Amino acid sequence: MKFNYFVELDAKALLQQYLPLNPDGKGVLEGSLLFNTAASFTSNTNLQHYSGEVSLSYFSQLFALMWLQFISAGTGIAALAALARGLRGDTQIGNFYADFLRASFLVLLPLATVAAALLVWLGIPMTFHGAAVAETLESATQTIARGPVAAFLAIKQLGTNGGGWFGPNATHPFENPNFWTNIVECLCILLVPMGSVWMFGRITGRMKHAAVVFVVMGALLLTKMTVALGFEMEQTAAFTGQPVTDAGVNLEGKELRFGASAGPLWAVATTCTSNGSVNCMHDSLNPPTGLMPLIGMWLNVAYGGVGVGFINIFLYIIVGVFIAGMMVGRTPEYLAHKVETKEMTLALLALMAHPLFILGGAALFAATPWGAGTLNNPGSHGFSEILYEFSSSAANNGSGFEGLGDNTVPWNIATGLVMLLARFIPIILPLAIAGSLASKKPVPENIGTFHTDTPLFGVVLLGSVTLLGALLFLPAAVLGPIAEHLGSL
Amino acid sequence: MNDSFRVEPAAELKLARRHSRRANLFERDLVMSATKSALLMLNPLKMLRNPVMFVTEVGALLTTLVTAQAIVTGQAVWGYFLAVTVILWLTVLFANFAEALAEARGKAQTATLRRTRQHTVARRLRDQRIEEVPSEVLKEGDVVIVRAGELIPNDGEVIAGAATVDESAITGESAPVIREAGGDRSGVTGGTRVLSDEIHVRISAGAGESFLDRMIALVEGAVRQKTPNELALTVTLAGLTFAFLLVTVSLYPIGLYFDVELDVPTLIALLVCLIPTTIGALLAAIGLAGMDRALATNVLAKSGKAVELAGDIDTLLLDKTGTITVGNRQATACHPLPGVDQPVLLKAALLASYGDETPEGRSIVTLVQQQLGAAAPPEPVGAAMLAFSAQTRLSGLDTPEGQKYRTGASDAIRKFVAEQGGVPPATLQAAVDGVARQGSTPVVVAEDQRVLGVIALSDVLKVGISDRLARLRAMGLRIVMVTGDNPLTAEAISREAGVDDFIAEATPVDKLAYIRAEQRKGRLIAMMGDGTNDAPALAQADIGVAMNSGTQAAKEAGNMVDLDSDPTKLIEVIEIGKQLLITRGALTTFSIANDVAKYFAIVPAMFMLAMPQLAALNIMGLTSPQSAILSALVFNAIIIPLLIPIALRGVHYRPAGADKLLQKNLLIYGVGGIIAPFAGIKLIDITITLLGFA
Repeated sequence: MKFNYFVELDAKALLQQYLPLNPDGKGVLEGSLLFNTAASFTSNTNLQHYSGEVSLSYFSQLFALMWLQFISAGTGIAALAALARGLRGDTQIGNFYADFLRASFLVLLPLATVAAALLVWLGIPMTFHGAAVAETLESATQTIARGPVAAFLAIKQLGTNGGGWFGPNATHPFENPNFWTNIVECLCILLVPMGSVWMFGRITGRMKHAAVVFVVMGALLLTKMTVALGFEMEQTAAFTGQPVTDAGVNLEGKELRFGASAGPLWAVATTCTSNGSVNCMHDSLNPPTGLMPLIGMWLNVAYGGVGVGFINIFLYIIVGVFIAGMMVGRTPEYLAHKVETKEMTLALLALMAHPLFILGGAALFAATPWGAGTLNNPGSHGFSEILYEFSSSAANNGSGFEGLGDNTVPWNIATGLVMLLARFIPIILPLAIAGSLASKKPVPENIGTFHTDTPLFGVVLLGSVTLLGALLFLPAAVLGPIAEHLGSL
Repeated sequence: MNDSFRVEPAAELKLARRHSRRANLFERDLVMSATKSALLMLNPLKMLRNPVMFVTEVGALLTTLVTAQAIVTGQAVWGYFLAVTVILWLTVLFANFAEALAEARGKAQTATLRRTRQHTVARRLRDQRIEEVPSEVLKEGDVVIVRAGELIPNDGEVIAGAATVDESAITGESAPVIREAGGDRSGVTGGTRVLSDEIHVRISAGAGESFLDRMIALVEGAVRQKTPNELALTVTLAGLTFAFLLVTVSLYPIGLYFDVELDVPTLIALLVCLIPTTIGALLAAIGLAGMDRALATNVLAKSGKAVELAGDIDTLLLDKTGTITVGNRQATACHPLPGVDQPVLLKAALLASYGDETPEGRSIVTLVQQQLGAAAPPEPVGAAMLAFSAQTRLSGLDTPEGQKYRTGASDAIRKFVAEQGGVPPATLQAAVDGVARQGSTPVVVAEDQRVLGVIALSDVLKVGISDRLARLRAMGLRIVMVTGDNPLTAEAISREAGVDDFIAEATPVDKLAYIRAEQRKGRLIAMMGDGTNDAPALAQADIGVAMNSGTQAAKEAGNMVDLDSDPTKLIEVIEIGKQLLITRGALTTFSIANDVAKYFAIVPAMFMLAMPQLAALNIMGLTSPQSAILSALVFNAIIIPLLIPIALRGVHYRPAGADKLLQKNLLIYGVGGIIAPFAGIKLIDITITLLGFA
């Protein structure tokens, strides 16, 4: 089914010059860029190697991209509903189309309508007129891109999509004009992913378990925000010893209308949730601050993408339950279902996919001119740029570290492939686990059973996420941001 | 019933045996034979069963090749390469040693059992003639005759006769037991000795094929199949190994980007440190040790799966008699009828019971003598005794003076009184009902035509059983008492003992139905049985422990056999199952938690030359990059033999709820697993530095 959307998007974008709502006469995209863009939106990644306002017509933006932003978010919610029903013990995990329509029309559309109205009121453009042409004071002609931006933005944020109307995303004054739009958009990022956790609790009837998971996710998010904010309150290493006074904070790559703190907060929120919209230049963040978005994408569970955030942490739950569950002296159980060989096989396969794409991709591109030749910075920072691009693709995030000439054929194909594989493997395998668990007779729970609704389980889950995540990505983190930071001391 | 009386000394004996076993974990002979097999197990094809150690061995092979090349070409780093190679091979050998030691211990434990499988001459009965044949040619269905003083040639069932048999060879219990045709004590084991009489035994399995032989092979590790949880853990460890392989392999090209060409031994050192070698090395040993611990309590499991499953049991069916209560009911109270003095009743009861040799009768004598003290009348000389029998259901004594004292069931006494020309008082029924309501058996006492009162016979709980059951319930188990008593009696005892449910007036069919009903609710059931009519329930239960004294049918139906025929053994079996799983979980957690410190040792060391700033991550202050890598690798190797005692004995286990267990083990093996290697690696680094190798 997803494949259909992929083809459909390709077709729409390929034919955009012949389709309506193209007031500025945008032409056809280069082949590998088209593949990348289609993969990007189909997989809810919204990695932008293109610039929307430059390359795409309003029709392509609205009916190809915005359409997919609804669909990919709705798919995430429907997938979580299926997972939850399986774990509840239902033999039928529900009708995908019914769930998908419910998610789209009853959740996303109303929320997006409210959010869009709010954004219009706060000053974001909403028009079908073509770009405005203005004559500047120097009598030069300036083309100012615009369009139905507010509607696009609402679902971009709510659906953890992140692909902006404009290339510069939420740094663009029409996408994110002021302090208030920044707050509304930032909250929109977290809203649905947070709600997804409670939805899981509701469907399975285990609100306490959901609450523990919610708190663990929140703890991860807050830790990353605190660290990011803390390190961004120092000026950039390049300014050390220079006769520059910039109030002692890092303002490089920031929109001055937001100041130094809105950038790192947004950067963490957007990467923890698989959103990927940006309101500052991640490349310019101080190295330890820049590490936080990377961690966000490596773990991909601090609320995570719409629906899929919980599906991601489900894998860590299964591994945590399996290992810690043995320590209570019973065959490990999750929500009254025994966790055995089949579930562990699938869980490990799903967990391995992430480091395979990120470390494999980064290793390949770092050692070859494909990546090394597109860098603007040498050494650790350059490595971070490559690492970030693959992390963003594999986490279906879509934010860019930038500083990378990434609109090349190898980049477009590699990240496109990673985006597609990384979207569907981590949904299909967990659903297969849930299906396998659901087929087992539930085990009655008693005080000898491993409990998943206690603070102790929170500790187990936190350990599972941080130990597995940290162990797999620590060397990469050390060679990238940490080495850069230590080198600047 | 008789078995229950010899449980307590047997338990002490076994405890002593177990202690002695624990004292010499690394007994010299065992260590020698384990070392030898550890070397033989290096065959890579054999290592394939264990993905973690297989990868380690392949790594060791690669490093050996690179080292050889370095030595030949005269590279300066050959010394460091050689050190890495040696430690890697030691890691593999330690893992093999752990498994081999567990196997050797299993063999040592089964040695006494195997001695019973000796060759003897059997007298086979064929076509009404007796022929002498060697025991190994006996086949299933052959009938042999065994006389006093002879060894029973093979496992079988007594089909004619009865004999006392010395089973100490398999149970360690010196008191002889009775084995007889028919009934539930017909099973005999090869290698045990007939002490008296003569029995005809139908052989149930040929030489080397009996269930005992199969179980011995299992405990010794000859037939090994991974249990479900072991398989799931192996898959998990394989997955983690692959993930770390990915991390390590990706570091080589990433290193190239930083103009660092990482050498193969260093990369393999990192890989081996990261993959869960600790649990990978000990996993097989833990499983074998579980079987071994079961055997230490004289329980033979038919598969490793059964031992593992024991930890999952939700419901425990326990027979009342012999498990919860001592074998027989005992007199606990005397209730005189209105108008009768207590001493009159007591004296009559005592006199009537002198002729009663049943345990119940003796308990009345004991009780009354206690209450009367010196006033107790002695046994009259020349009195006629009337023994208790199932037909008359009363016992008594006729004095030479012609007085008749009787005790017995209510209706039997009524009949007796009527025969004597008396009329039972109306108050009798109320007294009898009152006693029955409390779950006791009423015994009515009469002197000639006069009914004096009622004595209550009650079940007496075994010493300490309430605490034991409470512990089991704290672990989340449901305890169900099975008894032939009426529901009233059953309820009273179940309340007193603290069980969750009971099956009263239980027939084998009731038991089977109860087990099925529980299983439909998703519960796993364990039970113990001995009779042929227990066989269907034993087969249906998830864990069926058959008593060795029981029939062949029962032993074939169960998935464990208790050589001691001790009904409380189920409890120990469950604890062993839980301890097995906890040990696996704890060592896995420890193994993974160890990685944090190893990263801090190795990753800075790998890149320190190209990026001097990474020295800041050397928080342990290790002397040099090479000593850091070697220290981590040495720690990784040496932790395996250090943890062998935990793997073989199991982690310390006290029954408790899941949350308590998890909290304790997380603290010890999780937090401890993070901290311990920091100290260990630093210590090893100091040693290496002092020795001048850094």
